[in-house]
Amino acid sequence: MTVVETGARTSVGPRIGENAPRPDGVPKVTGGFAFSSDLHHDRMLWGATLRSPHPAARIGGLDTSPALAIDGVHAVLTHEDVPGSPTFGLEHCDQPVLAGDVVRYEGEPVAVVAADHPDTARRALAAIVVDWQPTEPLVDPALAETADPIHPDGNVIRRIHLRHGDQSAADRDDLVSVEGTYEVGMQDQAFLGPESGMAVPDDDGGVDLYVATQWLHVDRDQVAACLDLPHEKVRLTLAGVGGAFGAREDLSLHVHLCLLALRTGRPVKMSYGREESFHGHVHRHPARMWYRHHATTDGDLVRVEAHLLLDGGAYASSSSAVIANATCFAAGPYMVPSVEIEGVVVRTDNPPCGAMRGFGAVQTCFAHEAQMDRLAAALNMDPVALRLRNALEPGDRLATGQVIAGTLPVAEVIRACAGHPSAALGSDEPMARPGGAGRTADAQHVVRGEAVAVGFKNLMFSEGFDDSSAARCVLHHGVATITCACAEVGQGFVTLARQIAGEVLGVDEVVLAPVETTSIGSAGSTSASRQTWMSGGAVQLACETVRRELLAAVSATHGVSIDDLVLVDGRIVSLAGDLDLSLEELTVERVEAEVVHRHAPTSPLDGDGQGDAHVSFAVSAHRAIVDVDPDLGLVKVVELTTAQDVGRVLHPLQALGQLEGGAAQGVGLAVMEEVQVTNGRIRNASFTDYLIPTALDMPPLEVAALIEQPEPGAPFGAKGIGEPPSISSTAAVAAAVRDATGLALPRVPIRPSDICLGDNALTAEVIA
Amino acid sequence: MPVTIATSIDEACASLAAHPDALVLAGGTDLMVEVNRGVRTIGHVVAVDRIPELRGWSLEGDRADVLRLGAGTTCTDLAEPALASLVPALAQAARTVGSPQIRNTATLGGNLATASPAGDTLPVLAALDAEIELQSAGGARRLPLDEFVTGVKANALIPGELITVIRVPVLEGPQEFLKVGTRNAMVIAVTSLALVVDRPGRNVRIALGSVAPVPLRAVEAEVLVAERLDFENMASPDSDLVDRFADLVADAARPIDDHRSSAAYRRHAVRVLARRAILRAFPGSAPVPA
Amino acid sequence: MTSVDGFSLSINGHNRSVVDAVAGESLLFVLRERLGLAGSKNACEEGECGSCTVRLDGETVCSCLVLAEAAAGREVVTIEGLGSEGDLSDVQQAFLDAGAVQCGFCTPGLLMAVDALLDDDSKPDDLTVREAISGNLCRCTGYGRILDAVDRAAAARQAEATP
Repeated sequence: MTVVETGARTSVGPRIGENAPRPDGVPKVTGGFAFSSDLHHDRMLWGATLRSPHPAARIGGLDTSPALAIDGVHAVLTHEDVPGSPTFGLEHCDQPVLAGDVVRYEGEPVAVVAADHPDTARRALAAIVVDWQPTEPLVDPALAETADPIHPDGNVIRRIHLRHGDQSAADRDDLVSVEGTYEVGMQDQAFLGPESGMAVPDDDGGVDLYVATQWLHVDRDQVAACLDLPHEKVRLTLAGVGGAFGAREDLSLHVHLCLLALRTGRPVKMSYGREESFHGHVHRHPARMWYRHHATTDGDLVRVEAHLLLDGGAYASSSSAVIANATCFAAGPYMVPSVEIEGVVVRTDNPPCGAMRGFGAVQTCFAHEAQMDRLAAALNMDPVALRLRNALEPGDRLATGQVIAGTLPVAEVIRACAGHPSAALGSDEPMARPGGAGRTADAQHVVRGEAVAVGFKNLMFSEGFDDSSAARCVLHHGVATITCACAEVGQGFVTLARQIAGEVLGVDEVVLAPVETTSIGSAGSTSASRQTWMSGGAVQLACETVRRELLAAVSATHGVSIDDLVLVDGRIVSLAGDLDLSLEELTVERVEAEVVHRHAPTSPLDGDGQGDAHVSFAVSAHRAIVDVDPDLGLVKVVELTTAQDVGRVLHPLQALGQLEGGAAQGVGLAVMEEVQVTNGRIRNASFTDYLIPTALDMPPLEVAALIEQPEPGAPFGAKGIGEPPSISSTAAVAAAVRDATGLALPRVPIRPSDICLGDNALTAEVIA
Repeated sequence: MPVTIATSIDEACASLAAHPDALVLAGGTDLMVEVNRGVRTIGHVVAVDRIPELRGWSLEGDRADVLRLGAGTTCTDLAEPALASLVPALAQAARTVGSPQIRNTATLGGNLATASPAGDTLPVLAALDAEIELQSAGGARRLPLDEFVTGVKANALIPGELITVIRVPVLEGPQEFLKVGTRNAMVIAVTSLALVVDRPGRNVRIALGSVAPVPLRAVEAEVLVAERLDFENMASPDSDLVDRFADLVADAARPIDDHRSSAAYRRHAVRVLARRAILRAFPGSAPVPA
Repeated sequence: MTSVDGFSLSINGHNRSVVDAVAGESLLFVLRERLGLAGSKNACEEGECGSCTVRLDGETVCSCLVLAEAAAGREVVTIEGLGSEGDLSDVQQAFLDAGAVQCGFCTPGLLMAVDALLDDDSKPDDLTVREAISGNLCRCTGYGRILDAVDRAAAARQAEATP
């Protein structure tokens, strides 16, 4: 390889592998960054939503006239005012924009108002008269299949019966078997920036919607259908997103805002309060899971059986894909010759559930890792050794029959994590013990536990979905402008896009065009750990196309072979050193390319849950060290250590931020986070009572290793890294609490009374 | 302007007399939550957060055994070392209130006026037999804590009245405040316990939070240990006494099930906290028999 | 709904008149919706997240729980008063350098809390920092980079203080 002497790099442009600055960093630290709730228009009205106080009810009648009579109220709309499709949905179009004659969950939108002040809007909601006729809600998912359907589409949203290998493999008497029933509570994404946005009507019957979302184009399609408008009359622009984690994949206030703006002819702003936000987006599915593992006495897994029951709540959202993930990865990152998993997601009158970071794999990881520990105990084997013995390797078959074609360093992450020295010390500070600021524990009340867990999932969309991202690169006067509809939700795609463009084109100045629906095609969702690969790949492809075109032109003009030309620091130079052209001058005329990037195609699952349904996989391991006060049941997570399969690190600090942030959500699910739903009603819809970890709850995260094995087909070999940290962390913390207490603790979040009073000690009943 | 920013107690009382339905605004950390939620509408407001007489503390008279705490003293100020040395349990309780931002504005008087069963300072005030001084344009009166807090978020204030001073004794002896929450910071009490020792008076006073509509004293437990504890050497009670003490404290609790915890857990936790508190307060070795 | 007479607030050293306010509006609402200072954020509006943190006469408070009119005559400092582009404060720069910013919704409130902490204690230990920011929820970062940013800012502030 020829080394080109181009002199010391003097530029400051972003490059792959560096800690490039966030382009939105300065506005975010000065308060100037405009989040969706910061939008303001001098003529704007305030929108608000009337929601059902009942988990199930018929609506006998609805009188909006008292609300309309209030001074300052400009519109009150109901389902009768929805001109197009009365329903929307990501995978199934089953959720009413505004409920008609029936509501199916507490908080379902029934009417919307626009008024001159939030307080006026609030009074208008109170003035709407609804003839509620409450009915008995269906709240137990175990009864959903046999209950009367609560929706025309029925109560079973999806059932997958996965069968892999010899189904009689465990019919022998020399195996060790362990069985358990596990539960995961309903977790909330709890992003900090509440749902909000503004719709601005145009003079032509169309509307511009500024909104925080994960996927502009799929929102646009649904909104347009509900408004009965052509796509070009519904223009979505990404407003600043205050976190997402799956909760912004479904529509919330989008159609409502547009309806109000079109009706009033004025800009309308809506911003949910925190309580409303808990009712206004989907949550992580609560799960009940029965498992039986069979292994040889040497510790080789022979067969895994499981029944998974996920509560989808009132509407389907992305439940179909969540149950597929839960089912496909139910056995964990282990080589299992015989597998039978029945996964069912049902409809109830509970709050709707859908996407959240980890997407089905979080629930099953908690269960399969508990089973692996239980199996290790039954075998009298070290739990790490058991995991290593059964770790999947590239070339192995998954439970879906798919052969792992890319990288999957399962054993590597386990070894790195388990072998990493711990820095955890005891603390003399009472506040650092379980109970924290409440100073309930003295040193002698604390026991320590430690455990390792491992989990994996798919990257990107699966089951034959036509997954793509579009991007355009324009190089003009030496400045690259990238247009891509990828939703920046905090993860730092804006940084990566500039790094990728800078790397490919050798330019310092990379501008990102506004993210909206009219200038470029869909980028797909910012979810499924997919945007680095999909939209990063699209940006890379667009830039490479521009690069090739430029080089071809220079080659033709100057008679130098393309292979002898490089782009560096804003110049095109020849390897021989006899050519040095400024990109700025070369691109006086713009050079541009627009591409659509797709990953390798996938297949649907067949009737036995078999098929090459996934593109790629990523694995992570966590080791948790916890201090527990068994008498009070309080837990302090002292240290987390992780190792993760990342393909390649594109931005070290952002990667670390994903690992730390994802682990914090895992810690939260393990010990405190649950949307408590009783008889269909959320009892803790506030940050006072839905607790997420504070700085005194989250331990330091030690990164034992970032395993960099470049993934074939991925841009720069980089895998998505957002979700794995949320998958194995919960399982590891729960296992460490088991280690400290000796209790089975089959449910997360682990409540204090689970530890000190033996609550939630589930028996191993089969969930049929 | 419907907001009166009072700069003296007299001005606040006059304003309250002129607007009998006015709301008293101190730190605002409870009141504004209700306003923001739309469950409370604001009419006339008398802001009392800039009345110097209501801030800070002083020792009463010459004997220096009674502390007068201004009702407008913030939780942050309550946790200051100088005050913590006089009423350590109150300082510790104040340090567990909400977040640092909340503690910077939330006041002792506000915690009393809200009278939430989970009010963190209330068990300490109950254990200390605090007295509440109230003032209105018509005069002043003084109520013991158990007559001031009358129920869940209910108090004995009458329209026009302002909490001005909280009187607590300065006791010689250790004090403990322990609070159970399901997060390590910024959490509402699942249950809490305050224990104060009056060595010269040879008694222990113990009060519980979040286990009844009002802060509860565990009187039977107090009587038991007053007779049995070694106030001379502060020696650890034997395990039998600790058990009986903890049981009596737990028996005093009247907890309920709610979304923050179960009644069973609360009663259990109270028992554990009682054991820990008494052993922290009486850490000494038993004197060797002569 | 009762409208209130105009009043004025001292924000970041400037007197700002508030007209057309409605009774009960919080300082946060007035900052964001009436004065165009949207840097302070509205994540919970009940004092449980710290996103709206401002300094009121020097102390950090949740501006969502301050009745706007009752702040008349007090000095309010918001994120907009901490430092601007080209003139970032040490804490703002440290957050950028440490990678402490993801979605950024909690960032303004955290910056105000950390700035106040370092004003009081130039060399806080880990537990002190954690307690000082325990009222500021962050959902993206898990606090790791934020704690690193506090260390960096403390070091920068000490370096500046040392002649």
